[in-house]
Amino acid sequence: MASGIQVASPVDVALSVRELTVSLPEGMERAYAVENISFDLKRGQILCIIGESGSGKSVTANAIMGLLPKAIRVSSGAIHLDGENMVGLSPDKLRSLRGRIVSMIFQDPLSALNPLMTVGAQIEEVMAAHDVGTPASRRSRAIDLLIEVGLPDPQLMYHQYPFRLSGGQRQRVMIAMALALEPAILIADEPTTALDVTTQAQILKLIRDIQRRKGMSVMFITHDFGVVAEIADYVVVMEKGHCVEQGSAEQVLKSPSHLYTRRLIAAVPHLTGKNRVPLEAGDPVAILKVECLAKTYRSGSALLRTQRIVPAVNGVSFDLTSGRTLGVVGESGSGKSSLGRLLIKLMECDSGSILFEGRDIAGLSEAEFRSLRPRIQMIFQDPFASLNPRSTVGHILTVGPVAHGVPYSEAAERARELLSHVGLDSGAFDRYPHEFSGGQRQRIGIARALMFKPKLLVADEAVSALDVSIQAQILRLLDQIQRETGVSMIFITHDLRVASQICDEIAVMHRGQIVERGPPSQIFLNPKSSYTRELVAAIPGEQPGSMPQDESHVGHNS
Amino acid sequence: MSGFLLNRLSQSIVLLVIVSIIGFTVLNLMPGGPLAQFGLDPGMTQKDVERLAAQLGLNRPLWLQYLDWASRLIRGDWGHSFRDGSAVLSVIGRHLLATLLLMGTSTVLAIAAGTWIGIRGATHRYSLFDYCATVGAMVALSVPTFWFGLIGIYIFTLKLGWVPAGNMYTIGDGSVLDYLHHLILPSLVLSLVHVAIWSRYMRTATLDALSQDFVKTARAKGVSERRILLKHVVGNALLPMITLAGMQLPSVLTGALVTETVFTWPGMGRLFLDSLGYSDYPMVMGLLIFSAILVVLGNLIADIVIATVDPRIRLG
Repeated sequence: MASGIQVASPVDVALSVRELTVSLPEGMERAYAVENISFDLKRGQILCIIGESGSGKSVTANAIMGLLPKAIRVSSGAIHLDGENMVGLSPDKLRSLRGRIVSMIFQDPLSALNPLMTVGAQIEEVMAAHDVGTPASRRSRAIDLLIEVGLPDPQLMYHQYPFRLSGGQRQRVMIAMALALEPAILIADEPTTALDVTTQAQILKLIRDIQRRKGMSVMFITHDFGVVAEIADYVVVMEKGHCVEQGSAEQVLKSPSHLYTRRLIAAVPHLTGKNRVPLEAGDPVAILKVECLAKTYRSGSALLRTQRIVPAVNGVSFDLTSGRTLGVVGESGSGKSSLGRLLIKLMECDSGSILFEGRDIAGLSEAEFRSLRPRIQMIFQDPFASLNPRSTVGHILTVGPVAHGVPYSEAAERARELLSHVGLDSGAFDRYPHEFSGGQRQRIGIARALMFKPKLLVADEAVSALDVSIQAQILRLLDQIQRETGVSMIFITHDLRVASQICDEIAVMHRGQIVERGPPSQIFLNPKSSYTRELVAAIPGEQPGSMPQDESHVGHNS
Repeated sequence: MSGFLLNRLSQSIVLLVIVSIIGFTVLNLMPGGPLAQFGLDPGMTQKDVERLAAQLGLNRPLWLQYLDWASRLIRGDWGHSFRDGSAVLSVIGRHLLATLLLMGTSTVLAIAAGTWIGIRGATHRYSLFDYCATVGAMVALSVPTFWFGLIGIYIFTLKLGWVPAGNMYTIGDGSVLDYLHHLILPSLVLSLVHVAIWSRYMRTATLDALSQDFVKTARAKGVSERRILLKHVVGNALLPMITLAGMQLPSVLTGALVTETVFTWPGMGRLFLDSLGYSDYPMVMGLLIFSAILVVLGNLIADIVIATVDPRIRLG
């Protein structure tokens, strides 16, 4: 706790935050974004600040950089950098520190670079902003930096515009920019959250390597305990604007003292090599049999030879029996979401067959398929965008069945039943989506999908937008529903840890194809394909012994 | 890039054909027909009118008239005015210059002022300046232009005597200074509406650019606020404005019906009104096709400019 910190000798401390309080404008859900937090970033260490959304971790980082929006301000406390208090410094003084002494990289490398400037120009801009070097020296420094962060062909990269680069490459450019003036402190605000798991592993390694080589101090903000286990020396745990626990990584991860930390660590999905205990109910019936499914995206014009052909789904075959869950995992662009869209016929396939309860639905027209649609339902990723903000929850739930001829009173009764079933009180029926939290909205989304008593649920990244504690609850709910209703599920996710929690079988997709399919024990403990091995190895925080393994997993025999 | 151009060009031609067919049909559906004006002349008998119609080929089926008109158009013969027999193209050319002078001046004024007001409104959001600009824009957009024109004439001509009330030049003078003197009031009145539109769009585009992550990146790099604005914000904010400018281009050349009438400015707007009143079909069709071409060109130029300045499209 804040009062428990020993004041470290100033020589070891790169940055010290003392009793920092940042107030929010009136009318927000709480008065302070962060309240009375204190911690020290020691020289040459990586400090991880971890917390769920709304914990105030990003606000803390922005307060240090002096980058808070005007409406949010530091109301008390101090941030000492080299003996100087940064709170209350003039904008000019702060500006001269930013990029030179303290650098920052951000979460989304797609939007963090100016689309109209070349990579080289954006790196040089840091040096120019602080009047360092000549145009020629800046240029050679920029190219050195591109080499340092491991970008291929730096001469070419220098003249490249950001849109030509992949997400991982852009994050490397951001890091190159942050390193340009050899700052003492690097603040990284969720720098790997938007990246694929293999790219994330590379970026984490790069940050770790550079930090060691230069003896830099790094403040790393994340919501992922796996990432913490991977790189942290020291950990600060935040909840709703308060620092609830801090200590060495070893101490916080292995023997957390605060209840919240323990809950958070328990909620982290772990890779489990154990197979799921199958449902006992009845004889398994084949629900879905997919054969040689293919979909190719075409853009541009064949006539003008500007056509680009991307095979999104390429000869995919699998089958699924009742009451079972098939996980489809893969990185972005692997075709897993396209596969999901093909299965519920939001998109027409080019070839192949989809046998749903023995009937090929691949070639059916929308009109012919309509009567089957209630039997195949989808749960969407974004619980904020997938519910109409102007409809009541009751309307959202009943509109589908009513359109299919169910009397309203019957539909409304079922809706109320389902709402309480998914853990919401029946008063939710008359309220609007904005009155619910992300996790509650996802429950509404699940209730909506269940209105039709479907045989097959397709969940596309259904828990990816949620905090880990909420994630665990929703996974438990899905598991419970499956055990009660015997519905089959296709669970699409980029997160192998989540997939390992809920799936009977997992299909790994890469470039439109299933490269490996098997039970979790095979995929995670004894992968046959080299790509699966690479993917599993990249999962942060899953080296043996790096994390305390919680034994009570969702849906597992424990 | 060349493929993109070819694609857009073919689309444009199809569009022009459709517009001309619709225009031709609708014009001929007008009660009275093309020779209504001649019918009013007491010296003309029904027989004379019919002979005239036969002479001009107006008794043929409409589709044949259209094909005849269109094929001449492609060969550069835009027909002759019913009013005085002069070639449509040369009449358009004569009025085009006057319109270009007026609209060009007011558009340049409007874009310069609108861009500045928009950027300042965005960077000083909810300041006194921003509120004044917002209210000013609402007033300029909701009050009709002719009212501003008349008020302008009342104050600056009748009361103060600073500028002339109308016309493009004083007969017998015609020096550059004299042209400019006549230009001031109508171009200011005209630019009022455009400043209002342009500044509102520019404000939104600037706010949008300011909220982008790369602006935060630039701040984190220690770049000065002034350079962030010039280098990162304005460039990105102007991108969507190029499309707007492209859509304004046709109105720059087809003129302003109301303002040209109020200030008796001999431009394209007045030519269009007069020709409509006289049922001068060849003239009206000529003006219609001319403005359709300008609309297509304006969009095409905007697309080309965007493609040149935005690397994502240029190289993508």
